[in-house]
Amino acid sequence: MRIGIPAETSAGEKRVATVPDVVEKLIKLGFAVSVQSGAGDVANFSDDTYRAAGATVVEGAAKLWAESDIVFKVSVPTQEEVGLMREGGHLVGFIWPAQNPELMQQLAAKKATVLAIDCLPRILSRAQKMDALSSQAGVAGYRAVIEAANVFGRFFNGQITAAGKVPPAKVFIAGAGVAGLAAIGTAAGLGAIVRANDTRAEVADQVKSLGGEFVKVEYEEEGGGGGGYAKVMSEGFQQAQREMYAKQAKEVDIIITTALIPGKPAPRLITAEMVMSMKPGSVIVDMAAERGGNCELTEPGQAVVKHGVTIVGYTDLNSRLAKQSSALYATNLFRLTEELCKTKDGIINVNMEDDAIRGLTVIKDGVVTWPAPAPKLPAVPAKPAATKAIAAPAHGHGGSAPASAGKTAAIFGVAALLFLLVGAYAPAEFLGHFTVFVLACFVGYMVVWNVTPALHTPLMSVTNAISSIIAIGALVQIAPPMAPGLSRPDEWIRGLAVAGIALTAVNMFGGFAVTRRMLSMFRK
Amino acid sequence: MSASLATVAYIGAIILFILSLGGLSSPESSRRGNLYGMIGMTIAVLATVFGPRVTMAGIPWIIGAMVVGGSIGLYAARKVQMTQMPELVALMHSLVGLAACLVGFANYIDPMAALNLSSAEKAIHEIEVYVGILIGAVTFSGSLIAFGKLSGKIGGKPLLLPGRHFLNLIGLLVVIAFGYQFLHAETISAGMIALVVMTVIALLFGIHMVMAIGGADMPVVVSMLNSYSGWAAAATGFMLNNDLLIVTGALVGSSGAILSYIMCRAMNRNFISVIAGGFGGGAPAKKSGGDAQPEGEVVAINAAETAELLREAKNVIIVPGYGMAVAQAQHTVYEITKLLREKGVDVRFGIHPVAGRMPGHMNVLLAEARVPYDIVMEMDELNGDFPDTDVAIVIGANDIVNPAAQEDPTSPIAGMPVLEVWKAKTSIMMKRSMATGYAGVDNPLFYKENNRMLFGDAKKMLDEVLAALKS
Repeated sequence: MRIGIPAETSAGEKRVATVPDVVEKLIKLGFAVSVQSGAGDVANFSDDTYRAAGATVVEGAAKLWAESDIVFKVSVPTQEEVGLMREGGHLVGFIWPAQNPELMQQLAAKKATVLAIDCLPRILSRAQKMDALSSQAGVAGYRAVIEAANVFGRFFNGQITAAGKVPPAKVFIAGAGVAGLAAIGTAAGLGAIVRANDTRAEVADQVKSLGGEFVKVEYEEEGGGGGGYAKVMSEGFQQAQREMYAKQAKEVDIIITTALIPGKPAPRLITAEMVMSMKPGSVIVDMAAERGGNCELTEPGQAVVKHGVTIVGYTDLNSRLAKQSSALYATNLFRLTEELCKTKDGIINVNMEDDAIRGLTVIKDGVVTWPAPAPKLPAVPAKPAATKAIAAPAHGHGGSAPASAGKTAAIFGVAALLFLLVGAYAPAEFLGHFTVFVLACFVGYMVVWNVTPALHTPLMSVTNAISSIIAIGALVQIAPPMAPGLSRPDEWIRGLAVAGIALTAVNMFGGFAVTRRMLSMFRK
Repeated sequence: MSASLATVAYIGAIILFILSLGGLSSPESSRRGNLYGMIGMTIAVLATVFGPRVTMAGIPWIIGAMVVGGSIGLYAARKVQMTQMPELVALMHSLVGLAACLVGFANYIDPMAALNLSSAEKAIHEIEVYVGILIGAVTFSGSLIAFGKLSGKIGGKPLLLPGRHFLNLIGLLVVIAFGYQFLHAETISAGMIALVVMTVIALLFGIHMVMAIGGADMPVVVSMLNSYSGWAAAATGFMLNNDLLIVTGALVGSSGAILSYIMCRAMNRNFISVIAGGFGGGAPAKKSGGDAQPEGEVVAINAAETAELLREAKNVIIVPGYGMAVAQAQHTVYEITKLLREKGVDVRFGIHPVAGRMPGHMNVLLAEARVPYDIVMEMDELNGDFPDTDVAIVIGANDIVNPAAQEDPTSPIAGMPVLEVWKAKTSIMMKRSMATGYAGVDNPLFYKENNRMLFGDAKKMLDEVLAALKS
């Protein structure tokens, strides 16, 4: 089948749906690839490089659309493009079916099969390699920091120079999704002090791992809305969140907002008052500008200065890094093609049984199949509570959690009874030994719990060696000083004792020797 | 040497023994710990030999017995292979048990022992003799059977006699009845009959007990017998009124008991149920419900592909099991580890507490193969790291990586802590066949999407992987 790559026609779109490196891979999968002349020009991929990779370069969009079985696009297709599309053809790209109902109807009328890369079920771990939203968000997050640095009047990193001390810039990043995390990493890499917040508490560790500091909202509510997105939070939470943002706005130099909620306008996080409270020369980059903006004063697509603060509302951050964005997007589509063409024979199979493919496919042979049913989640079995209790115990004295009061009381009761019996009937001499015995048990208990599990085998062999102390018993029998006038079966006793000594000597020497041999092997 | 001096020497020996066990808390201090143990033993023996209770007449006998036993012990210690450690340990336990019996008998026929005792003291003394021989005999026969099972001379399957608990109960009652007779025996020869009968029953009990326990429970049995040998020494100490024996016996006894407890906990099993036996022997353990057969397909892989996966990995965790010991594959494992580490791959080992046939068995094998101990981790230390691990290799282990323990509440091993290898990006299971492990439970890991099976003998396969890695 032939894959066609048209030049993007939307205003400001500089990306291209595939790059020469990926063309080679697609050809290896058995596909033919056509690229519209000039499709990669703005992203710095010339026609010649495509040709070198094995693609056919086609003049004009009409011819390209007509001869392609599958068309790879980046931005949402225009009405004209849909018009050029072949009856029953395939289309892969960003569609946003919820926002573009008309487009969906037009495509359906064309009997097309449409895979919307934005509808990928992101919770499937297998889908990550195809996740264009993530790859593009990562690029945008990086670029957002660069844009901020561009208009910010100072260094990001702190410096002490002969000309004086420069404090590091303080950057606050709202929303720690893919874009937010990329921004955190980039800003931290430039040397800024980075703080970040997200309603999903579980991302705190990711923020820290990239060198940021997680700022908590002092309010208990979990904000995970499934699929890695946040959900709308309660009023109480939002109040607390606003207070936190207001405080951050006063302190930081740069704010980058990335907060999005699926199917809803972007949440208003930064009010006009907060902008006014910021230091003059501060910068806000609003990555949610296209969806209404996280900042009240954002003007989508533009950088404006209000109350001394530059508010960057560019909606084309990806096109501002077109080469990188295109390369990543192309790889995402290539991975998708691999999934579609498992036979590697250049024929795609839109397998609706496959969770990932099912989610992506918004129109199949002219039938609208969007929205897809929620993919079957891998069943997460509730772990029996017992498992946790067992898995948890720390290595140390006693190991596990203290026993319940009733159990402890019972054990103490039995022990007390035993001691009472022993005390009532046993002679004094026995009690002396008994005391020693009980104390020794406790000492053994304490000492052995500290033995590292790696050395349990040496522990057994050394205790084996030590238990040959029983030799003492045989030694004292072999030839004790005789009390006068006592007949003693000397021969018998000596025989038994000599045998006992010989047996224990095996342990005594063998046990210590083998322990020594083992321990000498343990090395760092 | 006076009696007081001997006692002081004993106290010194006790302290040295405690330090010896304490030293095992880390590999660095363990070598010195072992030295303390040797010094302690030397002091104890010398203090006894030159003490007031041994006359010069006995010295030649003592030296003779020591030389014979000592040379056998040293020879065995030098020759034994690290994979055979469990057998050696079991055999040594049996010697302690036998020695305890011999000393008990000798003590009983010695009229000196009960000289000048009041009647209550005499009764206590005789109980001590009786109990000492009882524990010694159980330890002796039980350890011999354990040795046979571990060395493969006796099959690993549990021998389940009909009404075995009943048999044990009868044995116990008979032992108690003869104990009563023994206490009331007028002469030594009359008591001797009861003593011999009891010894025979104790021996049979020891055999029966260990025969009923399956291969997978051997770590528990070995550590339990370790404990018994300690209690036998302690009982002998009571009999001889010797505090050194009591303390040492108690130390060893509690050490073995703790090990048994740790092993049981690692299998999520109750100590009593292990001792009652019958669990792990491939006996048709109840299959979990109707859907015992996990869904999905098994993906096989060859050595070259394994090497490819390893080469591309950043983090690797190796989980060894008894299969590695059987195949003697630890040296190849280390060669692979070394190669990967040189290439900057982070290789670690995850050791389940009951991997192998005795506590710490895997650690010793890896140590023998010169694997540095700081990359050998306990289960709890690295179980959380599997999601960040690229490749987890399981070598000859099965039940300890079975996800059913967590996922299937009806599984016979439900709740047993396991190494979560299936959370790694790819897990490779090295096995001879699809057979179940000792618990007789099917392993859903085989069917997981990210799992690959490398069939064959562990040593042979790893050699091939090593060759592929080097090329």
